Amino acid sequence: MELYHNITINHYLVLAAVLFGMGALGILFRRNAIIMFMCIELMLNAVNISLVAFSKMWNHTDAQVFVFFIMVVAAAEVAVGLAILMMLYRNTHSTDTSVLNKLKF
Amino acid sequence: MLSEYAFWFLSFVAVFSAAGMIFSKNPVYSVLSLIITFFAVAGHYFLLGAQFLAAVHIIVYAGAIMVLFLYVIMMLNLNKLEEEKRSLWSKSLSVAAGGILMLVLLAAVQRTDELNSIAAGEFNAAMGQTKNLGNVLYREFLLPFELASVLFLGAMVGAVYLSKKELA
Repeated sequence: MELYHNITINHYLVLAAVLFGMGALGILFRRNAIIMFMCIELMLNAVNISLVAFSKMWNHTDAQVFVFFIMVVAAAEVAVGLAILMMLYRNTHSTDTSVLNKLKF
Repeated sequence: MLSEYAFWFLSFVAVFSAAGMIFSKNPVYSVLSLIITFFAVAGHYFLLGAQFLAAVHIIVYAGAIMVLFLYVIMMLNLNKLEEEKRSLWSKSLSVAAGGILMLVLLAAVQRTDELNSIAAGEFNAAMGQTKNLGNVLYREFLLPFELASVLFLGAMVGAVYLSKKELA
């Protein structure tokens, strides 16, 4: 169905899929822990876009409330994640995750 | 008509600045590209009639989260070019894996033709406005809201504990 002029729900789902895929690609491609965190934020945002599009499609507010809770979880995750990153830097003097291979088989 | 052009413009801005975030060597440029992506996403929220969510998105992401990222990058003095020592084989494999995941997602989305036959719900122009969202959030979602505050408290305690110096 059309959400507005000529733009259907599929347009938004494709956009969300592309952004999510790029976030996953970034996590696999980069070894810098900060960039990997930002890619996680990008993937969360891709899901948020599809939720807001569904909210518009059904004319229902619940999906927008879910987006709020995803934002809350993202903020908490960033606070703890950056603290872990600081500890990682203090111990290894690098944010490169390829030095963290002690558990590698 | 205008909103159609706005959709394409915002989508291209979002995708290209996301690509810039992944592929730029300098972490500061990555953060700035991601902020542009977040503004484009906020524009999409406006187009979809979620005005309050767009404002909150800019405040939380561009205003708080990305400033935190920039702060950490500046504090660790990472704003220089870095060389990632990885083989070309490993890099091309990771790009192939990410590309295949994207293709699978796109193929799955293409199968949703039946979504287009759904009749539109009752149109409600005030759906994304603060009053409506507040009513839903504080009535139907009161328990998750309180649990989110507990989650924040836990995250705060954890962040303070982790960044203590004598730990390690």
